[in-house]
Amino acid sequence: MSARAFDAEARGGRVGAGLRGGQRLLRRIVQDPMGLLGLTLALLVVVTGLFADGLVLYDPLKIDVPNRLADPTLAHPLGTDQLGRDVLSRVIKGSQIALLVGISATALAMLGGLSLGLLAGYGPRWLDNILLLLFDAIYSFPIVMLALAVITLLGPSLATVMLVIVVGYVPVYARLVRTSTLGVKNSEFILAERSLGARPLRILVRHILPNVVGPLFIIASMDIPVVITIEAGLSFLGLGVRPPAPSWGRILNDGYSFIRETPWIVIGGGLPLIVTTLGFTFLGEALRDTLDPKLRRTI
Amino acid sequence: MLIYTVQRVGLAALICIVAMTILFSLVYVIPGDPASIALGPRATAAMKEALRQRMGLDQPLVVQLLYFFGNVLAGDLGLDVWTNRSVTTIVGEALPYTAALAATGLGWAVALGIPLGCYSAIRRNTPIDKLTGVISIGAISMPSFVVAIYSLLIFAVALKWLPAIGAGERGDLVDQLRHLVLPAFAIGLGWVGYLARLVRASMLEVMGENHVRTARAFGLPERTIVFRYALRIAVLPTVTLLGIAIGGLLSGAVFAEIVFNRPGLGQLVYGAAATRNYPVVMGTVLVTVLLFVVCTMIADLTVALLDPRVRKSL
Repeated sequence: MSARAFDAEARGGRVGAGLRGGQRLLRRIVQDPMGLLGLTLALLVVVTGLFADGLVLYDPLKIDVPNRLADPTLAHPLGTDQLGRDVLSRVIKGSQIALLVGISATALAMLGGLSLGLLAGYGPRWLDNILLLLFDAIYSFPIVMLALAVITLLGPSLATVMLVIVVGYVPVYARLVRTSTLGVKNSEFILAERSLGARPLRILVRHILPNVVGPLFIIASMDIPVVITIEAGLSFLGLGVRPPAPSWGRILNDGYSFIRETPWIVIGGGLPLIVTTLGFTFLGEALRDTLDPKLRRTI
Repeated sequence: MLIYTVQRVGLAALICIVAMTILFSLVYVIPGDPASIALGPRATAAMKEALRQRMGLDQPLVVQLLYFFGNVLAGDLGLDVWTNRSVTTIVGEALPYTAALAATGLGWAVALGIPLGCYSAIRRNTPIDKLTGVISIGAISMPSFVVAIYSLLIFAVALKWLPAIGAGERGDLVDQLRHLVLPAFAIGLGWVGYLARLVRASMLEVMGENHVRTARAFGLPERTIVFRYALRIAVLPTVTLLGIAIGGLLSGAVFAEIVFNRPGLGQLVYGAAATRNYPVVMGTVLVTVLLFVVCTMIADLTVALLDPRVRKSL
């Protein structure tokens, strides 16, 4: 363990302290060129999502067949799709779906992973073993395959996509929380609490939770773009968001069918995905380096 | 090593059993009757009943589960709802295409990612190292299906350098390889970044260890130190990652096969999902799960073989 990592570990509650010094944190991220780039791109996506309804040039669902598959012009900066809908407006509106799925599915998976991970780490040994086996079993399904199996039975919808993502990610977070729970479980302050007669629930919530939640937040925030990608991928396969809703994946699907006629729909559908993943990843890297250097070793 | 092997194989078997039970119980947890789902809304009650009997759905649950295990052990994954062909045969036909794609994708990722990471670690904090780092993160965060579509657009549609769809003529190796280039590029790109970063990080850690310092003190040439003493240990985490990578590659292969219209497990399961061909979907998913479990097991055993310290912990 390097001196720096040791120092970081010695400062208990480092993440909490970092969050309180929000301004200092922001300054350090902005000083790192990659962090600045990430912050800018991520903000761009979030702001677009928040104000999508005001930013669109046209109604993203408005069909205008005479103007179909048009090349980019000033009126339609990314051209139009096979039904004459404005691609840029669809891309802007699509950021809402992407952010909604990305943030809510990650949050749900985090909540599930947190409770199961605490249970596995602090609970009896047999429960730990059963849960670990269950996590490993779920983890051994490639996520797209799991999605295809569930969607065959439930039918494609946004809710199914969210369900698959949550089920697929709970084991990842649960394992992480379990490991950190095992780490603090036998520390002296927990022993002290126990000998004072604190009940397990109190120990878990008041004393273990604050110690395991920091790394979980960092890892989970870095998974938001991955989750957005999964939603877009499933929608691209026609298994996610139903048409005519403008998910980035749907736009790519429309564009893929007409890739020989016009490249613009595909370019328009793919770029926001790249911007989002790059932005959130660079931002996450910068955040992690600032908040918790110890995590740097686990990619 | 023997004890570790037995334990690890046992664990893999347990995981398979649990995963199979999950797959099996999906049918019951999820509302709706698989026979009606497969046959669609226009099926008569008699047709549904016949299919239900053929799929064994009229038996008690536990009996069905045991039958399912028995059949899988015997290599029987059921019958295609539409063509009545054996699912095992269908999956067996598609598997080589996906295996070739995954192996090529992983192959180029290893061939480029490990040297890149190693070089980055030796030239730590130079502009080249920083550039490699940024490119690696970029490669990791690029969604593989977007890479697939963009490379199709650029190299097949616009430049016409490489074929866009299919897997090439049977028996014509050059043609098949040409068809493999773009899909393999798409699914491997992210892993180049992963491997480069992982190897760099573990190289830096190993280079600071005592045995490397000792080697330096003995005056060994830097080359020998890097390749003989540091890299050998630094690639160990890579082996574990390669096992896990199979899962990601199989997911990526689904997209690559659909974008480039190649035959394979992804294409198979996608087509079957669209026609609600339930036994084919479940059979294919099961095969990918088994592949993943076996690959991670082999990776762990390899690491244990190379590094005695691992054997003691499971």
